[in-house]
Amino acid sequence: MTTLIKNGNVYLNGKFQTRDILIKKEKIQKIARHLPEKADRVIDASGKHIFPGFVDLHVHLRDPGQTYKEDIVSGTRAAAHGGFTSLCAMPNTDPVVDNIATVDYIQRRAKDLGSAKVYVIGAMTKKSEGLEISEMATMKSGGIVAVSDDGGCVQNAKLMLNCIRYATNFGLPLVVHAEDYNLAGKGQIHGGKVSSRLGLTGLPSLAEEVIVSRDIMLAENNDARLHIAHISTARSIEMVRQARERGAKISSEVTPHHLILTEEACLSFDTNTKMKPPLRTEEDRLACLEALRDGTIDCIATDHASHADFEKVREFDHAPFGIIGLETAFSALYHHLVKPGLLSLERLAEALTDAPARVLDLPPAMLKAGLPADLTIIDLEQQTHFSPENILSKSKNTPWLDQKLWGKVLYTFLDGRITWEDPDAQIS
Amino acid sequence: MEATPQFLGRNMYGLEDYSADEIMYILEASKAMKEINLRQYKKIPTLRGKTVCTLFIEDSTRTRMSFELAAKRLSADVVSFAASISSLQKGESLQDTIYTLGAMGIDLYCIRHSSPGSPQLVHKYSQKPVINGGDGRHAHPTQALLDIFSIWEHVGNLKGLKVTIVGDILNSRVVRSNLIGMKKLGMDVTICGPRTLMPPNMDKLFGCRVQYELREALRDADIVMGLRMQFERMTEGLFPSLEEYSKHYALTQETIKFAKSDALIMHPGPMNRGIEILPEIADSKQSIIVEQVANGVAVRMALMFLILGGKL
Ligand SMILES: [Zn+2]
Repeated sequence: MTTLIKNGNVYLNGKFQTRDILIKKEKIQKIARHLPEKADRVIDASGKHIFPGFVDLHVHLRDPGQTYKEDIVSGTRAAAHGGFTSLCAMPNTDPVVDNIATVDYIQRRAKDLGSAKVYVIGAMTKKSEGLEISEMATMKSGGIVAVSDDGGCVQNAKLMLNCIRYATNFGLPLVVHAEDYNLAGKGQIHGGKVSSRLGLTGLPSLAEEVIVSRDIMLAENNDARLHIAHISTARSIEMVRQARERGAKISSEVTPHHLILTEEACLSFDTNTKMKPPLRTEEDRLACLEALRDGTIDCIATDHASHADFEKVREFDHAPFGIIGLETAFSALYHHLVKPGLLSLERLAEALTDAPARVLDLPPAMLKAGLPADLTIIDLEQQTHFSPENILSKSKNTPWLDQKLWGKVLYTFLDGRITWEDPDAQIS
Repeated sequence: MEATPQFLGRNMYGLEDYSADEIMYILEASKAMKEINLRQYKKIPTLRGKTVCTLFIEDSTRTRMSFELAAKRLSADVVSFAASISSLQKGESLQDTIYTLGAMGIDLYCIRHSSPGSPQLVHKYSQKPVINGGDGRHAHPTQALLDIFSIWEHVGNLKGLKVTIVGDILNSRVVRSNLIGMKKLGMDVTICGPRTLMPPNMDKLFGCRVQYELREALRDADIVMGLRMQFERMTEGLFPSLEEYSKHYALTQETIKFAKSDALIMHPGPMNRGIEILPEIADSKQSIIVEQVANGVAVRMALMFLILGGKL
């Protein structure tokens, strides 16, 4: 099977350039200005943009254990719909991914039935309870790419130090969800103006910052690789910036929602504005955007976290934290940041592709002859309507529900086969 | 008096949705209702055939009684539903509860719930007007209306009045609603309490003054309102002991001297006599605490009357 994609604006070496791409079987065979070859399938991509398949370092697939929210099939289909071809699955499933059997289960199921490559992140501590180090080395031999207790956070600094030392021993990066439980308390939204106004308990920025500060110190002292998940405050970013200037191996990711929305969104009591870390202030949002632009923040990750309607559509303080993000990520970012000129399309492309791949040493996410044909074709001139019917995730918990956003994923290719094809797209 | 169309079918989530003129209109209507409450036969047929539901997911006997009495005095039928949040979590959700109640033909809901924003949910599920009877620490607009009504009855002109509210600001929906209402009517509000019980940004958010020192806060006040201090705040580590709290923040004969000599004393109740307010202050001539309770029924009658479109 061969596919020829003609005349697309192809993201190559940091720029968009008009190129043809020839795919043979699962690999990119050639990229050139004009390819005269015949192919089984020809796609005219004139006026469309072609990106390497997006990479998401932070996805909750809910499988095993909570498959009424999401599973590997629906989660990776949602990924394909959003232009993603690779994702990292967070270990807070039921059972927790703290053992090689569960690592195997996820990898095998994704391989057999999935529409995206799934890399597994193992738990940092057993059952992610924050009490004892998990069997990291065994899981590493089973293929995990990092360890994390995401959803929770190791509170004991001594244990965290040991996790850092042990993980580093086996070449595993650590992904940290920074949250001090005592400072966070029963917080519902950012501790600031809106929480004061609505009488909702606040999650103060400090709850994130004291852990970011602690873990940077612990990691730096041990020359460890530490990745800060969903960074959200100006001060956390400043600490990361300074650590990187000192040469520490600290990386970070930011979510689309922290780049676009602020605590003001919570005034609506829409539970799709409730997540951890919470939507922060405008100042924090601008700091995230600035740091993404200048590279202090390495990449964008969605923190895709499905919850069923019966859980999410209820009283604000009883609804669970988290929103879905795989399908909306590109359009939301393009619509709200790139189109108004606040972020370049090139930086967005990088932050969704090779930049995250480098953070966790995943295979390169770029368009190059010889590499797997993982790519996505997007029409920036069309809108996507995020109606419940159009969302492929099992859950519909997104703040962009029912909105129309610029940017439409027409095709996603994974190893040369189509994993998403927009009903309106035309193959000639 | 007739209910004007501008109130018909509206929700009362909080006073932010009502203009100063509209609030004044509600006060006028409350005055008319109060006259009814002073009659020997305290009932008018204006809402005959309508059904009001009190939906209390957080226990408050006095507020529920006030709403129910208000509905009954207007001749509405009353359905009351009370449950604890834990039972709601285990069994039927709020959504299911509203669908069930909706099948009984409810025209107006009065809800008390520990979750901020729950009145909006009730409206979303029922598509009927909702009066917020207190949602968590967010808002308690009928309490603010009755407080403002009580002041208005005594003082007349509200503009420029100096109000000082003292106590657990963090956990008080009464303060938030009063701040919005009083500010709209041109009153000058100071809030006071220990810093651990004072949420950030209150001055910027509500245009009020924030004071941590009681005597300073009370200086030249026309109105002084105490708030209930709950024992639980101590176990939450927000202050060390009721004795120490009382020493610094109680309304006593000594501290009240800093306010104007004829300052009105208020409290939304229930009171902890001897903790946030001393009995001699609560029972003094200047105290209008008992009147507040009576006015609560009148204000709630006025709202039901206006929202359901009654005629006098
Ligand atoms: Zn997290």
